[in-house]
Amino acid sequence: MNELKALIVDDEKGMRLSMQKTLERYEFTLEDVENEFTFKTRITATGEEAIQIVEEWQPDLMLLDYKLPKISGLEVLEEVTTEESEMVTVMVTAYASIETAISAIKQGAFDFLAKPFEPSELRSTVKKACKNLILAREVRKLEEEKRRVRFEFLSVLAHELKAPINAVEGYLGILSDRVLGEKIEEYDHIVDRSMVRVHGMKKMIEDLLDLTRIESGQKKRELEIYNITEIIKHSIETALPQADEKDVSIHLHNDEDIEMECDESEIGIIMNNLLSNAVKYNEKGGQVDIDTEERKNEVVISVSDTGIGMSEEEQEKLFEEFTRIKNKKTKEIQGSGLGLSILQKIVNLYEGNIEVESEPGEGTEFTVILPKDSGSSEE
Amino acid sequence: MSKTILVVDDDYDFLEQTKIRLQSQGFEVITAENEEEAETLIEENNFDAAIVDIMLENDDAGFILAYKIKSKNQDKPVIIISAVTKETGLDFDAETEEEKSWIKADTFLSKPIRYEQLYNELNKLMD
Repeated sequence: MNELKALIVDDEKGMRLSMQKTLERYEFTLEDVENEFTFKTRITATGEEAIQIVEEWQPDLMLLDYKLPKISGLEVLEEVTTEESEMVTVMVTAYASIETAISAIKQGAFDFLAKPFEPSELRSTVKKACKNLILAREVRKLEEEKRRVRFEFLSVLAHELKAPINAVEGYLGILSDRVLGEKIEEYDHIVDRSMVRVHGMKKMIEDLLDLTRIESGQKKRELEIYNITEIIKHSIETALPQADEKDVSIHLHNDEDIEMECDESEIGIIMNNLLSNAVKYNEKGGQVDIDTEERKNEVVISVSDTGIGMSEEEQEKLFEEFTRIKNKKTKEIQGSGLGLSILQKIVNLYEGNIEVESEPGEGTEFTVILPKDSGSSEE
Repeated sequence: MSKTILVVDDDYDFLEQTKIRLQSQGFEVITAENEEEAETLIEENNFDAAIVDIMLENDDAGFILAYKIKSKNQDKPVIIISAVTKETGLDFDAETEEEKSWIKADTFLSKPIRYEQLYNELNKLMD
């Protein structure tokens, strides 16, 4: 429940009080912001006092009589309308004419109400004016949020890119100072570590490029009918070298053709990410199982592993950018922390869904559900 | 006999580099990558000085480990290192008596570490 401040300016006492009564009893809901609103009011008979109240009390809404004893409604409006002011004003007058309406709107009034009016007319005009004000505030809030998120993203990004550079710089320092002597073999380990960190950084930059291309809509989508099973088989081949290193076996349980309109590279990115994670976070000698199911309106792909699993707390943060599950078991695992947020964004393009089930120490299952006819919905 | 330094940091590469650097100066080095490993080594007490990063799994882990080291042996030198100074503007230092009374460390160094400075501090503290 939100309370809006309304200032009523009218030199007719009866009018002032009836408007006040109507507003104080009025309650409305805005579906767009899912909120209910009520009014707190103040009343005055003069323009001079109105200006003072606006300054001190900063109302959200002003109902302003056009004709006031000394300074007119228009002059009040001129006085209180500033660049920063958010207040919406509805002019109220018995001398309704096109000219007065136009001059009031020019002066910054939001709407115009001709006397005499029914309480219902007052309510609907007030609601319209307040909706305008509230939505403008929401837009501003969202823009501030956008700026904040962007800033946060950039500072996390800078930190994530600096970490591997620091590591490589440290190793190069050891090399250039010949700390381990003159024999090149002595430096094998530090060269290996430098390569690992450089590759990690390269992967992060590639993921970032994917992410920005998807988000900005720059990546041209090529939607055609593809056999999902073929795309999955191709991704399995890509994951095999990494799987062999850890002695992890990959099993595809459904060999049937599943046709669907999609962008081949997008489904490829989804599968490569899921398989790469299933291998990376697996135990040595573990297993990855891929199952697919073609339903009437959707395609379901699930990838499960026998890996280290995740706690519920860890699962909640899973799709946030640069989030990597950090614990003793994952410390040797390299990753950009962007894979799953890329995956999420692609699945969103299909208006699909990702479900995660995981048990620490048991393994994780990701299920991607893609509606069949939604591939082109964004086009 | 060479002195043994305990280095605690959750960054594997930093541990590796610091180990190589300190060994080249004739120190023995033992390392811990998390609080649990560090606590075991603190309990065993087979080191002459410690270098501890502030942020491990918990943001203030370094302070707690430093406190534990000092509780066992008040004279054992502890150097706290951190990358937070530069990034957050937070500045830790143990110059005044008041600061020394609650932060149980002898010296603070910020990352990236200048190793010459680290050797100097270690030698000075272990004199």
